[in-house]
Amino acid sequence: MATYRLKTPISEAQIRKLEVNDVVYLSGTVVTARDQAHRRAIELLQKGKALPVNLEGLAVFHCGPVMKKENDSWVAVAAGPTTSTRMEMVEDEFIKGSKVRVVIGKGGMGKRTSAAMVKYGAVYCAFTGGAAVLAAKAIKHVKGVEWLDLGMPEALWILEVDEFGPLVVAIDSCGRNLFLDVAKKVEANRQRIYRKLGFQP
Amino acid sequence: MKQTDSIVENVAFNLVKQAVVYLPDDVKASLRKAYAEETSEAGKTQLKTILDNLALAEKHEAPICQDTGTFVFYVKAGADFEGLDCVEEALTNATRKATFEVPLRPNAVHPFTQKNSGDNTGKGIPQVHWELVSGDSLELTVLAKGGGSENVSVLGMLNPSEGLQGLKRLVVDAVIKAGAQPCPPTILGVGVGGGADAALSLAKKALLKPLDEANEEAEIAGLEREILEAANMTGIGPMGLGGKTTVLGVHVDWAFRHPASFPVAVVFNCWAARRASAKINADGSVEYLTHKKRPR
Ligand code: SF4
Repeated sequence: MATYRLKTPISEAQIRKLEVNDVVYLSGTVVTARDQAHRRAIELLQKGKALPVNLEGLAVFHCGPVMKKENDSWVAVAAGPTTSTRMEMVEDEFIKGSKVRVVIGKGGMGKRTSAAMVKYGAVYCAFTGGAAVLAAKAIKHVKGVEWLDLGMPEALWILEVDEFGPLVVAIDSCGRNLFLDVAKKVEANRQRIYRKLGFQP
Repeated sequence: MKQTDSIVENVAFNLVKQAVVYLPDDVKASLRKAYAEETSEAGKTQLKTILDNLALAEKHEAPICQDTGTFVFYVKAGADFEGLDCVEEALTNATRKATFEVPLRPNAVHPFTQKNSGDNTGKGIPQVHWELVSGDSLELTVLAKGGGSENVSVLGMLNPSEGLQGLKRLVVDAVIKAGAQPCPPTILGVGVGGGADAALSLAKKALLKPLDEANEEAEIAGLEREILEAANMTGIGPMGLGGKTTVLGVHVDWAFRHPASFPVAVVFNCWAARRASAKINADGSVEYLTHKKRPR
């Protein structure tokens, strides 16, 4: 387990070095996107159109933040991760089209995303669910917002972050997936628990 | 009664704010203990981050989690408390005010048009549960319930012949199926009996019990311990990254059932187990029950 301090834009070579269980602190630009933003982005990308922000080498954050406006500029009040599995069906297309290098969320992602990460060179990092103030404090500046018509949680918030973390690498670009590993162990433990409680298998 | 009206609104506002910013002491103590005992490295990192986040939330008076939840109020109403007819309106006003002033994330969405009401109020929300008791005071409890943990709730209409084994299996399976989604370590509320709706209500209400309060029925306390141990054998761990802390506590509550039905409900609360209570006396004085030392 190693600790890395990364700055965006992140190169493919930097990403390929990361392994599951490594800890990352990220500085630079992070853009939030949830289900609706993913869907809209893919529609644009598939038509060959550009996104309102170029995500190449940046990080996308599965997050629906609480923002407030102070003297005409936005301030992040709370910005923890949301459940990533909701984006599982679209994340591969999103990575392919946007060339994003880091996906940040909670709860992990599945085989489809893992495969895209191997192919295009990206990692999935888990940020502690609910640790919203810690995340908000790492946000130094809200650089902009797009697609606010989707509502505050669903909009694309473009954030300048400093030492955002600890992020645990949970899917690396070699196809290892910490969440799927844990799931396998849990399945084995299920049988142990059943036996302990005296259930018929 | 205009006066009690505004007291109820003020107290409800304070409770909402206390709940979303400060975790109750029992939950904090339990998280600290889990951090000390966790052996998985990734799991320990998660618990450390949770504790750091709690300290920051307190320092900045900011909501612990960006999902400030939907609000459920439990009202224990003395029949002689003046102004009972205005309580629901006061709770709605307090929720609206808190949304803008704390601020909270607007989390009330019309299920058919997808329109967000913008202020956490609307048809059926905030939810209010009433219990009428004798006396002239009003006890208010608020539960700020996150969506991630709500989404993994389970109701099983078991065959009564499945008995306790069936119940335990349902809970263990629910914990495993939920995995990382409810932000473990979680707290489980288990409602047994009643009907389908009663089992779910009991399960959710059980989440209001402090973690350090053992069940007064010895047999049920034993069942709670057994479920807790089993849940922590899963290895799901903090945030599903593996480890021995998956569940912090289990609270079981029950009601008599129909001979042919055996409803069992499991409701999860995430580690951000946000609740706050206060009692309003007839003379207008207020006792804060869960957050005694907190600024308001
Ligand atoms: S489950 Fe709880 S801690 Fe996790 S994001 Fe939702 S409200 Fe926050």
